[in-house]
Amino acid sequence: MATYTEIPRDIALDPRDIATHIIARSIKAGATEAEAIVREGSASSTVVRLGKVETLEDAGSRELSLRVFVGQRAASTHSNDFTPEGIDQLVNDALGLVHLMSEDPFAGLPEPSQFGALSGDLQLYYEDVRGLPPDGRINYALRAEQASLEGDPRLKNSAGGSFNTFVGRIVLANSRGFVGESCSSHCTVAAAPIAQSEDGSMQSDYWFSSARSLRKLESSESVGKEAARRTLRKLGARSVASTKVPVVFDPMVSGPILRNICDAVNGASVYRRASFLAGRLGEKVASTNITVIDDGTMPGGFGTSPFDGEGVPTQRTVVIERGVLKSYLLNTYVARKLNLSSTGNASGGRAGNPGIGSTNFFLEAGVRTPQQIIGAIKDGFYVTEFLGFGANLVTGNFSRGASGLWIENGELGSAVEEVTIAGNLKDMINNISEIGNDLVFRSSTACPTLRVDGMTIAGL
Amino acid sequence: MIANESLFFQKFGVTARDLQRYLGEALSTGGDYAELYFEYLTSTSISLGESIVKSASRGRDLGCGVRVLAGEHTGYAYTDDLAPEKILCAARTAALIARGPAQHSVQNLKERATQHLYEVSSPSADADMAAKLELVTCADRAARAYDPRIIEVQCTYVDELRQILVAASDGTYAMDVQPLARLLLGCIARSGVNSARGQFGGGGRMGIDYFRAQGLPAHYAQEAARQALIQLDAREAPAGEMEVVLGPGWPGILLHEAVGHGLEADYNRKGASAFAGLMGKRVASEKCTVVDNGTLPWRRGSINMDDEGSPSQNTVLIENGILTSYLSDKLSARLMKITDTGNGRRESYEHIPLPRMTNTYMLAGDDCPEDIIRSVKHGIYAVNFGGGQVDVTNGKFVFSMSEAYMIENGKVGAPLKNCSLIGNGPDALTKVSMVGNDLKLDEGLGTCGKDGQSVPVGVGMPTVKLDSMIVGGTG
Repeated sequence: MATYTEIPRDIALDPRDIATHIIARSIKAGATEAEAIVREGSASSTVVRLGKVETLEDAGSRELSLRVFVGQRAASTHSNDFTPEGIDQLVNDALGLVHLMSEDPFAGLPEPSQFGALSGDLQLYYEDVRGLPPDGRINYALRAEQASLEGDPRLKNSAGGSFNTFVGRIVLANSRGFVGESCSSHCTVAAAPIAQSEDGSMQSDYWFSSARSLRKLESSESVGKEAARRTLRKLGARSVASTKVPVVFDPMVSGPILRNICDAVNGASVYRRASFLAGRLGEKVASTNITVIDDGTMPGGFGTSPFDGEGVPTQRTVVIERGVLKSYLLNTYVARKLNLSSTGNASGGRAGNPGIGSTNFFLEAGVRTPQQIIGAIKDGFYVTEFLGFGANLVTGNFSRGASGLWIENGELGSAVEEVTIAGNLKDMINNISEIGNDLVFRSSTACPTLRVDGMTIAGL
Repeated sequence: MIANESLFFQKFGVTARDLQRYLGEALSTGGDYAELYFEYLTSTSISLGESIVKSASRGRDLGCGVRVLAGEHTGYAYTDDLAPEKILCAARTAALIARGPAQHSVQNLKERATQHLYEVSSPSADADMAAKLELVTCADRAARAYDPRIIEVQCTYVDELRQILVAASDGTYAMDVQPLARLLLGCIARSGVNSARGQFGGGGRMGIDYFRAQGLPAHYAQEAARQALIQLDAREAPAGEMEVVLGPGWPGILLHEAVGHGLEADYNRKGASAFAGLMGKRVASEKCTVVDNGTLPWRRGSINMDDEGSPSQNTVLIENGILTSYLSDKLSARLMKITDTGNGRRESYEHIPLPRMTNTYMLAGDDCPEDIIRSVKHGIYAVNFGGGQVDVTNGKFVFSMSEAYMIENGKVGAPLKNCSLIGNGPDALTKVSMVGNDLKLDEGLGTCGKDGQSVPVGVGMPTVKLDSMIVGGTG
């Protein structure tokens, strides 16, 4: 019985070498084209609760993905077994599978002229994230939690403070000669306090800051303080009677609405006729104050990368310009089907063909502050949280649980929960009457405060 | 004694002595419990669109997670390289949670007799790839043949075989081989300018023969197509509080969201659940008895053992309306001094185990489903749902209807557009006034997410009437 350590290691563990080795093996085994992705990363997670460490996690992981073509047939495999035996199996499985597949005239790698990677420093990787020892991580989490429990006796409990890091490298290579490599780092500090009112009812909320470098992170104290503010304002929440009033969406919920728009302009949904925006290119689909951009080139962005999941350089794509639908998000396969060009939005899925994903996806900021937008409303609903998943991209139908604060004479008033908010995305993006000036990238999708008119609130 | 039959012994050269050594290393800094979780997962994924197979892939993943507990504190590390020095390194990393001299020794590992809730017909996912491809094409044909208004069909088939070994310093030594398969269809229907979608499918811990033998691809296809066509004519759902009748089966997601998550022991241990302190109290009408049962043969949520090596069981959560039990793993059971219910589950070796549900359902009552519908003056009849979500701390939960109808004067009427229902966990089930005699479990599609970890689960319910719930439409 051979033990693991006796297996000879005849290939070097440089990910570039592994990727090109896998491609060479695949071609030798009969593939006409091949694409290999090697990912490696190390992640840490630190959770503290009530001033003590609750969980410390630290680990590295690796993954190999292979896509092979025999003519117009394609198949893929993935594995985390980097031994020569494991790589043999990866290649053999892919070649075994590909012969069972039917021909697809649109299948194939991008054209050689399309390959490439953005040059220059995209500011995606910082050494300080990797270098932080466990005590340093614990300190970030402890300070965030402590700040989230200070200053108000109603802050009685905590779901914890946390600090997470990820440092990773991806290498993508294909049989047409492309080899790309990208490193990235990411860290997040968060706090989730629990507040209790006199009648015993509890509320929790959270706040966080993410960055690619420790230096760019907001302070643990400011994160904790904001978490406390957001949690305390939920106390005493009640349902309201069903009504139709103007609704203002905080960026924490306007972001998820923008995600729905992002899914609706995903070329894969478009060619399947599974999107309410299919067939609308060049038409006015939203109010004229709306401009939506996908930009994979922003230095330091959470969605930035030098190349997409197929080795095509990322780009800046205007999706909606002053209300007119200008472009879908496309990978090579879908672009061929729709007779368009890839927008560099292939997502590197672990299994199967590349999907389509956004990069840095945002709605351009307006000029008014959130306070000005709220101040202009006599009776309305300021939504800060969604619950449930109620968007139907085929029909545009939208219905989700919501909580937030009632707007009374231009001021934020009593807390509201246990209501739903419903409408249709087609109408909602045409009824955005105000856009805030508060565009902040907390993740790869960002949207300012939005005011939307004509939605229905269902409650008691 | 340990039978030297495990995959990990055979394929990766891990011996019983190795296990003792790794556990000893993990306890060397004073931890009071250490555990090794070995996993080898093979998977298949196929997707079809426009009547051709668009994507097919296979995967293999293996690794070992090491957990060390010291009081309430958890250290965790994992490796995808099973070389002894890598596992020892993970053990030392996990051991950083404790700081001091070793205090506990590793008990002798004793193999535990296991349940046999599912059989593995083929020992690997290699078997019959062509037959799997045939499943999705057969489903596609059936959906398109159902009605010419079905303009597009998406079909996915995924399966996996998970082989796990748990060895822990308390003497636990247990293994399981868990198959899991799922076939899912989505249909788009169009009539004039109207489009709509429908979705249906099923699965469980079974092999491909299950789908073929019972003609399930065609059944799923017709059901997905039917739901899409119904949505073409759907009208706006009403907004506000009203009587709600939930159909049998998948609407049991109500129980998963309204009570299941809130009864997971970790939330209660930390005082973060709206159910904290309600043990022994009334949380539902006396017609409600709710269980979490991991021991149902073949079901998607079933497990011979949990991911800590403890046998799964049938736990009564609510008995005739009274809260009777939490769902626990080893850590919460020890800290709360309650029984470990065998609900410590994890997504993979990269994750720590947490208290999770298995198959959660309400037992049948005495009411005839027709009588339940007849009793409603003005309300809705909801028979199919999409996903749901709960805020465990304030108890508010939401789940989204994908097929529902108006009920007027005891008669089922027009179909309604998708919308959400919202309620409050600790009192939602107090509004249950009728419970049908038609208990049904779901088809086997459910996946539950918690703290970024996904695990397969099941739900079920008889037809149930709630006297009031908030319906989130626009009408």
